[in-house]
Amino acid sequence: MAAVPGTPEFAYKVPKRRHPVLQFVLTQPLGTAGLLIIVLMFIGGGFAPWVAPYDPLTVDYASMLAAPSWEHWLGTDAFGRDVLSRIIYGARTALMVGFISSIIGCTLGAVIGVVSAYFGGRIDMLIQRLMDILLSFPIIVLALVVVTVLGKWKVAGLDMNLVVAIAIPMVPKVARVVRSSALAIREMPYIDAARAAGFSHSRIIFRHIIPNVVAPYLIMLTAFVAQAILLEASLSFLGLGVTEPTAAWGLMLSGSSQEFYREAPWMIIFPGLAISLAVFAFNLFGDSLRDWLDPKLKI
Amino acid sequence: MLRYTIHRLLLMIPTLAGVAVLVFVLLRMMPGDIVELRLLAEGGNVDPATIAAERARLGLDQSMWRQFVDWMAGIATGDLGVSMWTGRPVVEEIASRLELSMQVAIMATILATVLAIPLGTLAALYQNTWIDQVIRVFAIAGLAVPSFWLGMIFILVLLLNFNWIPPLTYTPIYEDPWRNLSQLVWPALAVGYRYSAVATRMTRSTVLEVLREDYIRTARAKGVWERLVVSRHAMRNAMLPVVTVIGLEFAFLIGGLVVTEQVFNLNGLGKLFVETVTRGDYTMVQALVMLIAGFFIFINFAVDLLYAVLDPRIRYR
Repeated sequence: MAAVPGTPEFAYKVPKRRHPVLQFVLTQPLGTAGLLIIVLMFIGGGFAPWVAPYDPLTVDYASMLAAPSWEHWLGTDAFGRDVLSRIIYGARTALMVGFISSIIGCTLGAVIGVVSAYFGGRIDMLIQRLMDILLSFPIIVLALVVVTVLGKWKVAGLDMNLVVAIAIPMVPKVARVVRSSALAIREMPYIDAARAAGFSHSRIIFRHIIPNVVAPYLIMLTAFVAQAILLEASLSFLGLGVTEPTAAWGLMLSGSSQEFYREAPWMIIFPGLAISLAVFAFNLFGDSLRDWLDPKLKI
Repeated sequence: MLRYTIHRLLLMIPTLAGVAVLVFVLLRMMPGDIVELRLLAEGGNVDPATIAAERARLGLDQSMWRQFVDWMAGIATGDLGVSMWTGRPVVEEIASRLELSMQVAIMATILATVLAIPLGTLAALYQNTWIDQVIRVFAIAGLAVPSFWLGMIFILVLLLNFNWIPPLTYTPIYEDPWRNLSQLVWPALAVGYRYSAVATRMTRSTVLEVLREDYIRTARAKGVWERLVVSRHAMRNAMLPVVTVIGLEFAFLIGGLVVTEQVFNLNGLGKLFVETVTRGDYTMVQALVMLIAGFFIFINFAVDLLYAVLDPRIRYR
């Protein structure tokens, strides 16, 4: 723009607008490290047949309990299955269960929270009491009951009973946080305007309130993926989650492998490292996402 | 205060009643009841008459309403019934396990408190220095490492170095304190690490928040010794949320030791819970859930009351 005589000169520099992703990478190095691990997990899990050196299910009695070597980087298990390949395929299970259950749990929780805040009064009271009841169970206890009540229930090879059991304990927690965000939004003038314009309740909820609680929703979603991966591993370890021969980290640690402390410690060390790394990555990313989107949010 | 306490105590009743209804209904939705699980597991053909007789003996032939009313009446008179699987009174089955789980939970809580409060405060006082970074990595790793796996690693290391394997039987602390502690210290450490990580993070963030308050600046400005500023002005005010976290995690541990108990071969509440749920032992599961949920609700309540003690500004009405 050519200088027009008489226009004031701005002493400050207008900050350069960066692409939000680039901005996240620059301001949140730890979160980016987490994101990188998550992306690697996705690549490993998604392209498992090409990435993994062996088939995770092939039983090879010739190389039972082989120590880590050039042939089997992380050794083999009691059935001669390659531990590295099972960990890579396990990433697929962990991500699928983690994401699907978190999406179900957080979405249901968010809808309940918004409905509760929007209608207020008796409905709010009733919903909150129900959520209190669900909150008075330790997560694993609730998940254990639900997983056994549902019994075996597979959809497209995925244990749906496990997914639902992991999702349900999330619902009350998300509902609480989202409710408090939605309570503030409910008082905004644009909600009054929407009401005055005669919009239906569902339109106001879905078009005017829900888009405004996306930040806490996303933050909780990433945090809960980490929890879901841990819970899946715990339930599979107990023999109530993913079942053999599917490759899952918790399952790799359970049952028979306990007897191999002395002979095959790699069967215990590596799957646990995989769980820890995955949960670590999602926690880092979730923390940074919170700092970036809504630093005051407490979950 | 007294009115508030009574009010809160009364409010626990509907929540507990809700828990009771929920667990009762959920259990009866389970595929296959205990009679089928037990008799059919013993092999092939069982006479339908035997199944019916067994159901009648356990009261499972009654209507749902009847069963629920009976159960509630039992609770009201302090009778929790007998385990459908072992036939022993529920109270006896639970009591022997509660002691063990309680001890591990208390040990883990002590460990977490002793670690978390100094570490979290240090991290906050030296924010963004290497001390802070080290403590933050310690804490965030604690959230990521599954406690049951950490337990397995402990066993692995102890086994390879000292040839130690988890004992099969539990020795109560009053019989042989040394044996008892050497058995339970490892599970307590395994769950305590995660627990202290949660509490450390909470301590760090609340101390940071409090240090930015005006009264801290005032105290420093009038020349109060820095140690006193931290211990008197900052710590006291930062402790409320930390107490909440510690209390809730403790309540969680009573029922949440499930997997760790499995790893260490401990016969605690968690292990009992897994066993009874998979067996469909209604009376046991119901009693356990009521106990665990009741404890959880009670700790919540106790934490709220503790607030008033710790912070004289809070007065409940």
